[in-house]
Amino acid sequence: MEREVYLDNSATTRVREEVAAVVLEAMTRQYGNPSSLHRKGIEAERLVQGAREIIARSLGVKGEEIYFTSGGTEANNLALKGAARARSRRGKHIITTAIEHPSVLNTCAQLAEEGFQVTYLPVDGEGVIDPEDLRASIIPETILVSTMFVNNEIGSIQPLDQIAEVLAGAGQDIIWHVDAIQGYGKLPLKPRELGIHLVSISGHKLHAPKGIGVLYVAEKVPLQPLFGGGEQEKGLRSGTENVPGIAGLGRAAELALAEQPEASARMQELKERLVAGILERVPAARLNGPREGAPHIANISFPGVQGETLVHALEGVGIYVSSGSACSSRQPKPSHVLTALGLSREEITSALRFSLAPENGEEDIDYVLERLPQVVADLRLFQRR
Amino acid sequence: MQDLLLVRYGEIGLKGKNQSFFLNTLMNRIKEALAPLGGGRCRRTQGRIFVEIKGDREAALDRLRKVFGIVSLSPTREVPLDLEVIKEEALAQLLLARERDGGSTFKVEARRANKAFPHNSMELNQLLGAHLLRNTTGFSVDVHEPDIRVKVEIREKAYIYSRVVPGPGGLPVGTSGRAVLLLSGGIDSPVAGWMTMKRGVTLTPVYFHSFPFTGDRAKEKVIDLCRVLAQYCGSLNLHVVHFTEIQKALNQHCPEDLGTLLMRRMMMRLAREIARQVEGKALVTGESIGQVASQTLEALHVTSAVVDLPVIRPLVGLDKEEIIKRAQEIGTYNISIRPYEDCCTIFVPRHPVTRPRLPQVEKAEEVLPVAELIAEALERTEVIKITERGREGNGFIHGH
Repeated sequence: MEREVYLDNSATTRVREEVAAVVLEAMTRQYGNPSSLHRKGIEAERLVQGAREIIARSLGVKGEEIYFTSGGTEANNLALKGAARARSRRGKHIITTAIEHPSVLNTCAQLAEEGFQVTYLPVDGEGVIDPEDLRASIIPETILVSTMFVNNEIGSIQPLDQIAEVLAGAGQDIIWHVDAIQGYGKLPLKPRELGIHLVSISGHKLHAPKGIGVLYVAEKVPLQPLFGGGEQEKGLRSGTENVPGIAGLGRAAELALAEQPEASARMQELKERLVAGILERVPAARLNGPREGAPHIANISFPGVQGETLVHALEGVGIYVSSGSACSSRQPKPSHVLTALGLSREEITSALRFSLAPENGEEDIDYVLERLPQVVADLRLFQRR
Repeated sequence: MQDLLLVRYGEIGLKGKNQSFFLNTLMNRIKEALAPLGGGRCRRTQGRIFVEIKGDREAALDRLRKVFGIVSLSPTREVPLDLEVIKEEALAQLLLARERDGGSTFKVEARRANKAFPHNSMELNQLLGAHLLRNTTGFSVDVHEPDIRVKVEIREKAYIYSRVVPGPGGLPVGTSGRAVLLLSGGIDSPVAGWMTMKRGVTLTPVYFHSFPFTGDRAKEKVIDLCRVLAQYCGSLNLHVVHFTEIQKALNQHCPEDLGTLLMRRMMMRLAREIARQVEGKALVTGESIGQVASQTLEALHVTSAVVDLPVIRPLVGLDKEEIIKRAQEIGTYNISIRPYEDCCTIFVPRHPVTRPRLPQVEKAEEVLPVAELIAEALERTEVIKITERGREGNGFIHGH
C-alpha cells in the first residue's frame, strides 16, 4: 500500500482508538439522558461529570467553570456574544487581533452590526501583537478583549503573560477571552494564574470527535446564553448534552495531559527537522511566522507554485497538508493571517501549512523530505514563464 | 375511477412514418421517469398519451416535467360515458380548481371525439355549464377569458380536467442519435448539454481532469452536474480524461499566448475519439461568440478545424444573463458556481491571441507528439455511470 502521511492536524485529527472506544461505549451502553431521574440518566451524568473534572484539572480550574458546547466555533460565539451582550450597558468597545480565526472575526463583525465598536490589533512579521498596542487601545468603554493562544495558520504564540500585565494594570473591569483551540493540549495554559476569564477548546483538534468543544467560564463572569431551552449546563448552554462527545473529549484530554511535555517536545523536534530539511532542499522556500512558535505548526511558501496545486500533487504521493487554513481554502480570497504578516501575494498563494500530531514519527518527516523537493521542482516547470 | 395524467406531445405528432418510433421512445422515457415512484402504465390514443400513475400525483408531475417531448400535462380521471357521472366529475374539477388557484368565472370546453356519444360538443357545453352554475355559488360563465377552463374529452371513456402544467417541449431523448458533450465545471457547458438533449440527442459527457492542477473536488462538481442532467435523461456515462500530461506538454513547449486555443484543440481531438468509441455523430460545447478570447469566430474556426464532425454550440444565441437564468431553471447553476479551480482558469494566458490564423496555430503545435499524447490520455480515461442518485455503485447513496 502507498504510504500515507497526514500532516493536516490543525484542520482536524484522527480520533484515537482509546477515545473511540469510550465514545462507542457511551453511545451503546451509557446512552441515557443526563437529565433523566433514573439510573440510566445518572450513569450518563457521571460520564459528563468525569470529563468535566479532567478538563478542569488540565486547566487548573474548577469543574463548575467548564461548559460543554458543540465545538470551538460555538465556544467562541458564546464567549464573545455572551460577554459583550451581558456587559453592553457598561461599554461597547471590544479589542481583538487581526489574525484571529474566522469564528472570532466574523462574530466580532456581527457584534459590530449590533452597535459594538471593534479594534483589531496588528501583528509583527512573526504574527505576534505588541502588548503596548493593546495598552494604547484600551478606552473606558472597553469591556472585552479576545486574543488567541496559538494561531492556526502559522503557529505564532501570543504573549499571554504580557497581555495579562497590561489588563491587570488597566484599572478597569475587562473580560478577557482566549481562543486556545490550537494551543490546548500542546502547551500548558493556566487561565486562573493569568486572569483569563474565558477559554475556548475544541475536541477534534485533540484526537476527540468533531462536534464537541468547551468554554471555560471563570466564576462570576456574566454571560448571556445563545440558546433558550432546557437549561442544561446551568442555563448557559441549553440542549441535551452530547454525552459520547463529552466522554471522548474527557478521555482525549486525559491522554494529552499525561503525554503533553514529552509529546510536545517530540513534535517540536520533528517540526524543526521538517522546516530545516525543506529550507535546505527546496530552493526559495520561505518559512512564514516564527521559527519557534507552537510545536506542531509550520507554514512555508514555495514561490512559483500554486498552494492548491501543491496540495493535490502531494496527496498524489500520500501526503496530506493544507494551503492556507482548511476553512479558508474554499474561498478564493487570500489568507488574512498571511496578509497581516505583510507577505506578498506570491508568498501567500504558494503557502502550505504542515501541522503535526504526537503520532507522527521521524519516518513521516523523512518521507516528506524525500518527496516534496521533487514535487515542487516538477510543478515549477509548469508555472508561468 | 382511475387517476391519470394526460400527456400532450405536439411536435412529435408531425413526424409521419417515424411517429411510432418517437412515441414509443417517449413512452419509455415516461416509464423510466416514473420508475422511482413505482412506475406508470402508458396508453396511446389519438394525439394523446394517458399515464396511469401510482402514488403521489404531484411527485409524478414533477418528474414528467423533465421529460423532453412533453408539451403539457393535465391530471385527470377516467369516468364512464354517463352524463350524470360526467356532470359530477366536472363539478368536482371546478371546485378543485377554485381551491387551488382561486377564480370566479369559468367555461366548459367539451370535445367529442367519440361520435357514438349522444350529445355533441355544443350540447355538452350547455348541459355541463348549467349543472355547474346550479350547484355552486359565486361563479359566472365567461366564454372569452375565464379564470377556470373545465375541459371534457369524450372518447371510449370521458376525461375531465381543469389544470394544464407545461412540460419542457422538445423531442424525447434517444430519438436524435448521440453527441459528445465537452463538460467543464462552469455555467455554460451543462446548459449547452441540456439544450442539445432537449432536441432528442443522447449525450456522452467528457470532462478533462488535470490532477494535480485541478483537485478531485472539481471532478466531484462535474459528477454533481451530471446528476442534475441525468434527471432529464435517466443516466449518463461520464468520461473523465486524464488531461494532465497534455496540459504539461502545452505549457512547456508551446507559446503561452496560444495556450487556450491549443488546449481546446486537444480537447476537441479527444472528444472526437470518444465520439468514435460511442458512435457519436456530433460534438457539443458551451461556447458562445465573443464571451472570452478563445470564442471569437477566428478562434472557433481554429478549434473546429481538428474535427470532422459537426460542432454544436447551442449557446451562440444567448447572452450570459440568459445562460445563467437557464442554468438556474435547469438546476445546475448552484453547482457551477462552487469555487473550485479547473484547468481552464489555471492555465489562462495573460495576453491570449484573439484573432488566430490556422497556419500559425498548426505551426505552434508541430513540436507536440499529438497522436501519442491523445492515445495516452484516452488510455487513462475513466468511465463513470451517473444517474440522478449519484454514481453507479456508490454504496453510500444507494445504501443497504
